[in-house]
Amino acid sequence: MKLHEYQSKDLLARYGVNVPGGRVAHDAADAQAIADEFGGKVVVKAQVLMGGRGKAGGVKLFDNAAAAGAFTQELIGKRLVSIQNPAGMVVEKVLVGELIDIDEEYYLSVLLDRAAAQLVVMISKEGGMDIEEVAEKHPEAIVRLHVDPAWGLSDFEIRAALAQANIPKAARGQMVAMIKSLVSAYLREDADLIEINPCAWTPDGKLIAADAKVSIDENALFRHKEYGDTAEDSAEDPLEAEATRRGIAYVRLGGDIGVIGNGAGLVMCSMDEVTAAGGRPANFLDVGGGAQAERVKSCVELILMDPNVKGLLINIFGGITRCDEVAKGILSALDELNVQIPVVARIEGTASEEGRALLQGTRIVPAQTMQEAAQKIVSLAYA
Amino acid sequence: MSILVNKDTRVLVSGMTGREGSFHAQQMIEYGTQVVAGVTPGKGGTTHLGVPVFDTVAEAVAATQPNAALVFVPAPFAADAVLECEASEIPFVTLITEGIPINDMLRVVNKLEQGGKTRLLGGNCAGIITPGECKMGIMPGHIFTPGPIGMVSRSGTLTYEIVFELTNAGLGQTTCVGIGGDPLPGTRFVEVLQMFEADPATQAVVMVGEIGGSDEEAGAEYIQQMTKPVVAFISGRTAPPGKRMGHAGAIISGGMGTPESKVRALEAAGVTVADKTSEVPGLIQAALQVRV
Repeated sequence: MKLHEYQSKDLLARYGVNVPGGRVAHDAADAQAIADEFGGKVVVKAQVLMGGRGKAGGVKLFDNAAAAGAFTQELIGKRLVSIQNPAGMVVEKVLVGELIDIDEEYYLSVLLDRAAAQLVVMISKEGGMDIEEVAEKHPEAIVRLHVDPAWGLSDFEIRAALAQANIPKAARGQMVAMIKSLVSAYLREDADLIEINPCAWTPDGKLIAADAKVSIDENALFRHKEYGDTAEDSAEDPLEAEATRRGIAYVRLGGDIGVIGNGAGLVMCSMDEVTAAGGRPANFLDVGGGAQAERVKSCVELILMDPNVKGLLINIFGGITRCDEVAKGILSALDELNVQIPVVARIEGTASEEGRALLQGTRIVPAQTMQEAAQKIVSLAYA
Repeated sequence: MSILVNKDTRVLVSGMTGREGSFHAQQMIEYGTQVVAGVTPGKGGTTHLGVPVFDTVAEAVAATQPNAALVFVPAPFAADAVLECEASEIPFVTLITEGIPINDMLRVVNKLEQGGKTRLLGGNCAGIITPGECKMGIMPGHIFTPGPIGMVSRSGTLTYEIVFELTNAGLGQTTCVGIGGDPLPGTRFVEVLQMFEADPATQAVVMVGEIGGSDEEAGAEYIQQMTKPVVAFISGRTAPPGKRMGHAGAIISGGMGTPESKVRALEAAGVTVADKTSEVPGLIQAALQVRV
């Protein structure tokens, strides 16, 4: 779960990382007051969790507090739209931050190396641009340092990595400390990504996290109740936010064939089958193991909130999920929600005969296999 | 023959008195699995489903000598439950629980690797079954049947789907292993493939992968040395990058974990990659015939 920039910076500051001065503001007066503290020389950044925020007009530099206030006024309540997020997000708050002078821009991040089952620190002298671009054009410019799971990092290892990355000697001492802070923040705050880009080296010799991205492991949120409200903010799509509220694993994909299945692998496979049959999946939705009728109904309801959906494919292989419960859920959804679009259901596994019997004679089209179900829904929906 | 579990496997169930634990322990007993002990702190001295329950794994081990453990403990406490099994040197632990914090698994996986006495399967997996002998997990037992095919998969329901088709085609299984959908699994494709290669009863292997990580690629590298044919299936070919597809580990990020990379690596290793699940039985039959 991505945190807002202001939350990321606050978190890192608690671990001793230098961040630019500044605070979050909810209105023009707030923003102007904060800007005044820095003599009006500030950057105002919309706090929306979407990519392409700068290009969407959500970030601007100022040299006087009144103008920063006026821009904030303009931003709050506005919907920002970017290539990464065509649906856009409404700005509710901005970060008003001190402008800092920068001599050089570096890159630092901490993330999990799945193959090695260790954390890895990525260090580069080429900051300020997309790291994937650096990886492609100058792979040698990125140095990777693995963290020993039992012992953590030793200073000498970090110094060696910084030398290898050609970080100037003057900056190395502060960067050793910053990297250690990032690793302890990662572990203690249950992050799944910390990225400082750019990590700024200032003319007066300070290393500052000029921008910061922190993402928290959703599985660990039970230990971090303080982020309760951020989960919904971080959904990039209103339907995904609704799914989070309902506790449903749902991803919007932009097509027009709704897909429901049980188990992530089977749902992905169902999407692949829809595509192979010439359709465009509208979503990924996993009802989860052992779903009861009420939950199945809630899932159908969620999918129908997407106005683009022209047909619905339901593919269940019941292990702990009972097919008769699924059938009851589908029927009550059809009944109460007045569903007009075609629905194809393929149900197999535990209690499948009972489930199929319940669906017989209704408007739900049965299918024997996943492939057949995908072909049927595509031809019915696009008829 | 089989791998990891068989008719002599004596299973301890950690979290047996909970809702999930009760239901699945019951199903396992009905399948014929030897469930010898349950562990739930505070419920020691009672009996559940006809099985003695203990407060600690150490007490259960002393009294009932299990050689495997199945963990159903809720996510916040799951890592601790696995380490408790390791402390009593139970050689094989299957972790069903979903939603375990990644940092907890980082600790567990590295601790087990250093100790070297316990193999962990999972978390977030459906478990393992040797048809007709031992079901240690949450899969519907009736779709499996004994035979010569080894199966290893990151996905539970997709395993059921493919096993159902294999069984219908008359192709039974030696052992089916669910390695789970988390980013840091206790056991990976390579290790299971090595066991199938060494198992005399396994004649061919079905490997079911999905987007995210690079374990399929690592598996492909090992397959180059295998003598037995492998048929693979990869799900999530139409999933967009940067989005987590249900499983914590199923995400294409930073250009890593794409289906193209996996299919390419597997095909380069001589693996036949099925485009659809329904092709798997036919491809396995063809591979077995070539071998004969």
